[in-house]
Parts: sequence; structure tokens; C-alpha cells
Amino acid sequence: MDPRRAGGRGVTTDRIITRNWGNPDVFHVDGYVANGGYAGLKKALAMAPEDVIELVKGSGLRGRGGAGFPTGVKWSFVPQDTGKPTYVVCNFDESEPGTFNNRELVDREPHQLLEGLAIAAYAVRCHNAYIYVRGEFLHQGTIVRRAVEEAYDRGFLGKGICGSDFDLDVVPHRGAGAYICGEETGLLNSLEGFRGQPRQRPPFPAVEGLYASPTVINNVETLCNVPHILENGADWFRGFGTAKSPGTKVFSVSGKVERPGNYEVPMGTPFRVLLEEHAGGVLGGKALKAWTPGGSSTPMLTAEHLDVGLDFESLQAAGSLLGTGAAIVLDETDCVVEAARRLLAFYAHESCGKCTPCREGTWWAVRVLSRIEEGLGRPEDLPIMNDLGRNILFRAFCPLADGAVSPITSTLTYFREEYEAHVREGRCPFTGSGPGRRIEEVAS
Amino acid sequence: MAVLSPELRGEAERIKARYPAGRERSAMLPLLYLVQSVEGRVTRDGLREVADVLGLKTAEVEAVASFYSMLRLRPTGAHVVSVCTNLACALRGAKEVYAAAHDAIGSHAEEMTEDGLLTLHEEECLGACDAAPVVQVDFANHDRVTPERMRELIEALRRGEVSEPSAGRAPRDFKEASWILAGLGDGA
Repeated sequence: MDPRRAGGRGVTTDRIITRNWGNPDVFHVDGYVANGGYAGLKKALAMAPEDVIELVKGSGLRGRGGAGFPTGVKWSFVPQDTGKPTYVVCNFDESEPGTFNNRELVDREPHQLLEGLAIAAYAVRCHNAYIYVRGEFLHQGTIVRRAVEEAYDRGFLGKGICGSDFDLDVVPHRGAGAYICGEETGLLNSLEGFRGQPRQRPPFPAVEGLYASPTVINNVETLCNVPHILENGADWFRGFGTAKSPGTKVFSVSGKVERPGNYEVPMGTPFRVLLEEHAGGVLGGKALKAWTPGGSSTPMLTAEHLDVGLDFESLQAAGSLLGTGAAIVLDETDCVVEAARRLLAFYAHESCGKCTPCREGTWWAVRVLSRIEEGLGRPEDLPIMNDLGRNILFRAFCPLADGAVSPITSTLTYFREEYEAHVREGRCPFTGSGPGRRIEEVAS
Repeated sequence: MAVLSPELRGEAERIKARYPAGRERSAMLPLLYLVQSVEGRVTRDGLREVADVLGLKTAEVEAVASFYSMLRLRPTGAHVVSVCTNLACALRGAKEVYAAAHDAIGSHAEEMTEDGLLTLHEEECLGACDAAPVVQVDFANHDRVTPERMRELIEALRRGEVSEPSAGRAPRDFKEASWILAGLGDGA
């Protein structure tokens, strides 16, 4: 049996939103309620909406989708005097490479998400919420749809929720295959029936979001934390993690590890603990070469960074970002040039085409990285890559382009000699592919 | 000939009703999935009918449809086989899985086989990297796929069988997957 399912990892009991993962009963509404589910919603409904916002503000919960904006503060930005309806949209368009924590949260305990969504809606006085489910998540879309039906049947959604005078309708909406729709304004355009291209900000979605109305957009993991904060209080939540990054984070660990999977640890836990104690270490006992802390859009780190704490501040100080909390692990036999090439091919494919630096820059980067990997690199290719990175970063409309630069600059920073060896030898030192040759001078 | 039968026109109206009055354009993606569930792809006629349902120009609908990879505007096989080759899967052998799929499906794999049965799609991260390499057949996941398993999945499709996915129920084909994606029945 999977030790995670048995809940017997013996590593930590500091789990909040995955603590029921050993119990398959919580998948359905009855089992969820029997294990204390929807108690947070009931507690919220007995409070004034403003007090719910204050409580979540006080907990210090920050968005888990990548940006890390304080959730309660986001909710407090929603104006209540516009005469327009307010909307809450759950962003379940999980598609950052290496990230699969939202998927498993829904796979195992979908009502935890619905409860958090209902509390968020109550707090901002919203009566129409949407769950934007990634299109490729065919099965999870079905799970969400059925969980919503169960919640309606049991009076946790719909009219007069739990005997209160609060009404909420929730509509699941499926995407159709576009990474950029995970960006919140791209998501809103997609939900409105347009191409999923990002919007100019300001106005921010809190003021003019869905249908030009006040809108809160929260990630699945963020919303899953909310019921527990309502139930146990802000101080309890602050007992986990660090002062500036309170709570836990569900980290997705993949690539060259013994036990790929999702592991919930307190914010600030050193990567070494996640890798060695939870994920079982590097596959086959090999040496660690590189890892992404928060998906492919966050700069890679190396074995030198094993003791960096996994929280917003520590990772930023180490030159990377928490992102979505997704560690893709490369071992000593993996080629970072090939890794960067594959990731850039992803960004080139997913660039929505709106901004030239992103549309053309990612395409160009793939060409240069491909020829280096194939042993056809030129001495001037490394400066070209540096130049490309500089000319894409912060020069496009949305963060997709900045994410595309992360694999370029981080691999050039930490593994320059690997790039140089490719060009010098005229082949990939790991796969041996390429014509082979000898160039003495490689520009840097 | 109309893509949507009178009955499906009724379904289209119910899809529109999921969204607030005056905001029916939000039904764009589910309606495109609906026409795709009939024709196995989105044809010119399908675009025209979605435009008709939403009171838009066909070009406005096409501009949206062409943005999304799961809406197929070109000829598409009865089954779409998607192989993730993004980094986490690549580290676990996805290149070999993709090559096996390509060889097994044969020429024009990325377009459509001559018998109209299969389309191969090189996929980006499917958000299931704990089960790398991941393959989807009509958007149903198959975990930890080896080249050998990849060949078996394709052989099964050629025999008219749909293999049991790693989770959930397998759609019969790409058309049924599109029906589920429209937010309609999921067969259980």
C-alpha cells in the first residue's frame, strides 16, 4: 500500500488540507461531513461577511497559485457599492509544468474546495461562482460536477445555504487547452467566451473582472485552506509555517525521485526534507543536479540550495520563487540544455502571440537551444541566449514571458560549463548526439 | 445539413442558460464542444451554428475556436492519443513513449490515419507528473506508460476496444469526450 494513503509516513503530522488523504470516505459529501466537513462554512454563516474577511486577513493566508498575494486583502478590495453583482471564480486551470497538487486535492476531497469557495463567496457577498476546470482534466471535471450536485442536494449550495439566507449558485466551466488561461485575466476572457489572452491591469479583477464586475479569483489550494481557518482561527493557522509565509504548502515532486507525489509540509521546510524524507531522495541514489522550486517558470536551483526553506521569502532570497510549489528534479545524468530546450518549446507553443518579445523570443530561443543540444552550437550562442533572456524579461504583457526566461537564465548561471561543453565538443556530453568537433574559444 | 438536431438545439439553449442573461457568450466553449461531439471535429458548419446560437459572426467564433488546442478544426481521428513530453515526463522516458506511439500509428500520425481511426498529439504537461510518463486516450489518463504499454493501447483501439484508464471511466471516443466536456452527461 502507498504509504501516503496509509497516512503513516511518520514524517510529519503538520498537515491541514491533505490530512484526510488516507480516508477515501471524504470523497463524498456524507463522509466529508462525518469528518467535520462544512463546519467552517456554518461558522462563517454565523458571522458578518466583513468579519470573515478580517479573519482570513489575520491568518496571513497567501495565494497558492504563484503570486502569493494575501487572500483576505484580495477579498477586501472588492467594492460593495457598485450596484453590479460580485463574482468568485475558482482557478482550477492547473497547467504549470510539474504541478499536480490542485488535481489531487480535487481527486481526494472535492468538498473541501466547494466549502472554501462558498465561504469566499459569502465573505464578498457573491451569489454566482464559477469553477474553471482545465479542459484536459476530463475526470476531475466530472468529479467537480458531481460534488457540486451533492452539495446542492445537501443544502450546502443553492438557496438558503444551511438554513441561512445566503444563496449561492456554482457553475463548473471547462477550459479547452491553453496554458495562458491559468493567468487570471486570460481565464476571465476565456470564461466570457473570448480567446484567453490576458487583459491590461488596472483595472484589477477585484474592481472590473468577470463581466466588468467585481471579481475574486482564487486557486484551488488557497480555497482549500479557508474552511480550516474558519474552524480553527487565524492564530492556529499562523502556528504553521513562517511569520511571512504562514500555513503549509502542498508540494508536487516529480522527475528523478524515488517517490514522486504531493507532500504537504509547513512553509519554510528545507527542500532537503521534502526531497529526502518525503520523496525518498534522488532516483537510484544518484546525485542531485537541479530542481525547480515552483514549476518550470521559476528559476532552477541546484544541490547547493538543498537547505533553502520552501517559502516565499527564502526562495526569493535564493534567486528563485515559490511559484506553484512544484519541484521537478534532475539528476547528475540529465542534460540541462535539453531540459531548457524542452521547456522553451513549451513556452513557444503556449505563447498567446500578443507580445513580440514573447512570441518571437521563445521561438528563437528554441532554435538556439536545439542547435546547441544537437552539437551544432556556435561560439556566440551563449551571449545570444543571455541577450534573448534580457530582451524578453519584463517586456511582455503577462508573466508567461518572464516564466520562459527562468530556465534560460538559471541554467546559464549554474551550468554554463555544460553549455560550453556542448559547443566545444560539438555534441551533447550526456547523450553523445551531434557530429562532434573541437572549438577552443566559446564566448561567454 | 444542420450539425445540431432539434434536440441538440434544445441542449444548446440549456447550456446558454448556465450563464447570466446577456452573458450567453460564456457558452462559447461548451457549445463548440457540443458541435465537436457530433462531428468529431469543429467544421465550418459547426462554427456557423455556434455563431447562430450566440448571435455572433462565424469569424468571431472561429477566432476563439482556433485559440484552443482541444477544439480540433482539422480532420481528426475517432480517437485522439495525447502523449505528454514535457520535462517531468521526459525525465521518465516520454520521448520513447512518443516514438513508440508515432511508429505504431504510422504516417500522418499527427494528422489522421487513413482509416480515420487515430490522431496523435504531442501534449504539454497534463498535471499528473507523479504518474509520468502520462498518456491520454480521448482525455482519459493512463499512468506510467512504457513504450510497450503504448503499443498495446493503440492495438486495442485498432481492435475497437478502449482500455481501462487509470482513473474514472474512458469515453467511447473523442466525440463522447467532447460531449462530456460540454458539461453534459458523463455516463454514470
